[in-house]
Amino acid sequence: MTPASAPDRDALAPFARSARAQPYEVAIWILAALAIVLFPGHAALWNEIAILTLFAVSLDLILGYGGIVSLGQAAFFGTGSYVAALFAKHAMNDPLAGLAVGAAAAALVGLATSILVLRGTDLTRLMVTLGIASILYELANRFDQITGGADGLHGFAMRPLFGRFAFDLDGKVAYYYSLSVLFVLFLVARAVVHSPFGYSLMAIRDNRMRATAIGIDSNRRLAAIYTLAAAMAGAAGALLAQTTGFTSLDSLDFHRSADVLLVLVIGGTGYLYGGLIGAVVFVVMKDVLSAATPQYWQFWLGLILVVIVLVGRERIVRPWHALADRLRRRP
Amino acid sequence: MLTILFDGVAYGMLLFLIASGLAVTMGLMNFVNLAHGAFAMAGGYLAAILSNRMGVPFLVTLPLAFLFAAALGAVLEPTLYRRLYRRSHLDQVLFSIGIVFMAVAAVDYLFGATQQFVQLPPLLQGRIEIAGVGIGAYRLFIVLVCGVIAVGLQWILAKTRFGSRLRAAVDDSRVASGLGINVNVMFLATFAFGSGLAGLGGALGAELLGLDPTFPLKFMFYFLIVVAVGGTTTITGPLVASLLLGVADVAGKYYAPKLGAFIIYSVMIAVLMARPQGLFARGGER
Amino acid sequence: MNPPALVTRSLYKRFGGITATQDVTLTLPQGARHALIGPNGAGKTTLVNLITGMLPPSSGAIELDGHDITRLPAHRRAQRGLVRTFQINQLFGQFTPLQTIALVVAEREGMGARAVRALCRSTSVVDEAAVLLREFHLTDVMHSKVVHLPYGKQRLLEIAIAVAGQPRVLLLDEPGAGVPAGESAEILDTLAALPADVAVLLIEHDMDLVFRFAQRIAVLVNGALLVEGAAADIARDPRVKAVYLGEASHA
Repeated sequence: MTPASAPDRDALAPFARSARAQPYEVAIWILAALAIVLFPGHAALWNEIAILTLFAVSLDLILGYGGIVSLGQAAFFGTGSYVAALFAKHAMNDPLAGLAVGAAAAALVGLATSILVLRGTDLTRLMVTLGIASILYELANRFDQITGGADGLHGFAMRPLFGRFAFDLDGKVAYYYSLSVLFVLFLVARAVVHSPFGYSLMAIRDNRMRATAIGIDSNRRLAAIYTLAAAMAGAAGALLAQTTGFTSLDSLDFHRSADVLLVLVIGGTGYLYGGLIGAVVFVVMKDVLSAATPQYWQFWLGLILVVIVLVGRERIVRPWHALADRLRRRP
Repeated sequence: MLTILFDGVAYGMLLFLIASGLAVTMGLMNFVNLAHGAFAMAGGYLAAILSNRMGVPFLVTLPLAFLFAAALGAVLEPTLYRRLYRRSHLDQVLFSIGIVFMAVAAVDYLFGATQQFVQLPPLLQGRIEIAGVGIGAYRLFIVLVCGVIAVGLQWILAKTRFGSRLRAAVDDSRVASGLGINVNVMFLATFAFGSGLAGLGGALGAELLGLDPTFPLKFMFYFLIVVAVGGTTTITGPLVASLLLGVADVAGKYYAPKLGAFIIYSVMIAVLMARPQGLFARGGER
Repeated sequence: MNPPALVTRSLYKRFGGITATQDVTLTLPQGARHALIGPNGAGKTTLVNLITGMLPPSSGAIELDGHDITRLPAHRRAQRGLVRTFQINQLFGQFTPLQTIALVVAEREGMGARAVRALCRSTSVVDEAAVLLREFHLTDVMHSKVVHLPYGKQRLLEIAIAVAGQPRVLLLDEPGAGVPAGESAEILDTLAALPADVAVLLIEHDMDLVFRFAQRIAVLVNGALLVEGAAADIARDPRVKAVYLGEASHA
């Protein structure tokens, strides 16, 4: 195929430049870095948002990009959380080492269980992922001499980060630790979704038959993203354990999987920042509503979920989806 | 050991009674209703309140629980559920999770988090000797009632006009409505009936299953297993699946307490992997 | 001499009591311009599904360039250059044509598993995609999401995807389907422009397209090969006429 003339660079620009960092992205991360400076009294909240964002991004990778519907992402979150806690308690309480070990453990669980989510309908996957998370929950419950059972694990504190930054009481170090880990892993996720691998995932999601017909090994690609997402969820869980000095069965509980799904429902899937927006809205909403009716936050959560679904996810999140679309398309 | 077997059968029959409504809903409306357990909980709580605080005899609370849950279903189906039949399964799951959360929190708020008990009549307390085996009267009652209902359901489905219309609508609702079957009324009636059965199961089984605000969440998975493994096109499928599940769960808790639930989940996953459309479903399941 | 591009040997496919494909033996030499015709329900698409690996055969063998691929998974057959188009467009709804073709090119070049460098920054891939889109008259819509494209453009993209894969063997399943008579000339042009070394099997109902394109024609009836030969011979064959006339008289 000899080209009649050189490709028109300007005409190709919308696609060719689509991986560039957009101004709104820079703004978001700067704001994130300043958040704890601007609102220092809410350090724990900011930390929670950062961790939940990471967790949500991990789900977005498999749900928004890979098309795998999961009700069991807590399996990996909890694995990372417990492994990091146990590592700090019994082996070494260096935060980065614990983070790596926690994420790796979650990745292993993800890889091992990935074979179960490659086939089947949405419903099958929902049940299988739910089943896997439930199994892990049961295991953690039964082997309570290791996991602390319903009481959870505590009594471990982290060594200063890099030997210099001690985890202080006002939570600044914890937040910047979580934020930095989030930022790094976010960059990884961002690179992945713009890569040929990322596009192949979306192809598998949109039309698996066609993807196979152009030579894509769907099973292997899905297993890969599932493992990566598991590692990221595990990192989020590890962060939670390390920054709060505590973990429990709650990290494996069904409500964690449901919460993170709601975060993506609020923020939108398939563009990575949905996790961040959803996490901010979710945590703030939860804080406000919990103050009003402490035990019954769950009711409002359920109501919001019902309303969002009834009204239509698109209709609610369309305002900022449209915005995100427009921002994405500008070269 | 026979006692355990019988306990498992009773447990399984209860699961079947409650889950049968879910099976029909999923087969007929293609709707994944994770909140189905909330209807059972509603029936159970009604029975507990009536029998404890108002002295209503247990046996009277049973049909009342059925009616109450059926009424709830009849109200919710046209107002909320019907709008979501064409949506993706994910949307349906999210919606029903929302309903569960609301139900759980509401019940917790109204009645507290402690377990509710139902006043069993003296007739049902105690044991009966059958062929040298001691069987709890309550459990025997459960098995009998559920057995009769199961047979009744099978008869309705297989032998009546309503049943054949239902089966037609499950097979293909568009064609069915083209044949003049009023699909909307059928959906409403079936949803209400299935919810009613769940409420009855919740009331009947309150003592056996344990009734507290977390009931829908605790048993959500069990109901899903019954439907996923048993399929949605027959009565016998979910029945057999429930019995297997009930016996396995009770036996597991007795013989291997540390691993009980673990085995159930693993078996379910294995079944789903081998036959993504369920053990008993015919080909072409969605 | 080179082995034939594609060979099927005694291919059978049974579904329960129905034999959808019956003892089909076909040979596609290098650079072939063959067509497969037959009445509705003859099993043409089933045969394509068997060849591409979407369906496992009940018995029989398939060879690509002399290598047995009977047990090779579908995606590996595609990687080896066995490419097909679908009778009903199978596209990636949320992609643009440019993204679609860029992905196909990247996969072909073995870059599909790379997860670090952005697809859009691969200048050679993007440029090649742009050139191909121009050949298929899709440049003006190259940034529009596929779901928003008119049917004719979608159909062109469907074929462009196949061509972008630089296939060794190309199976076209009714490329003219749904395309109004006026636009089928574009389809014919793209078929005529296919490289000479690609072996092409055209499955079509549009006899105009078939006779203008094919050198040899095979006729499939009830899953079995009725007759196979040079286009001119098939056109005159009374059995073929009977099959089609018989179908017409039932219509």
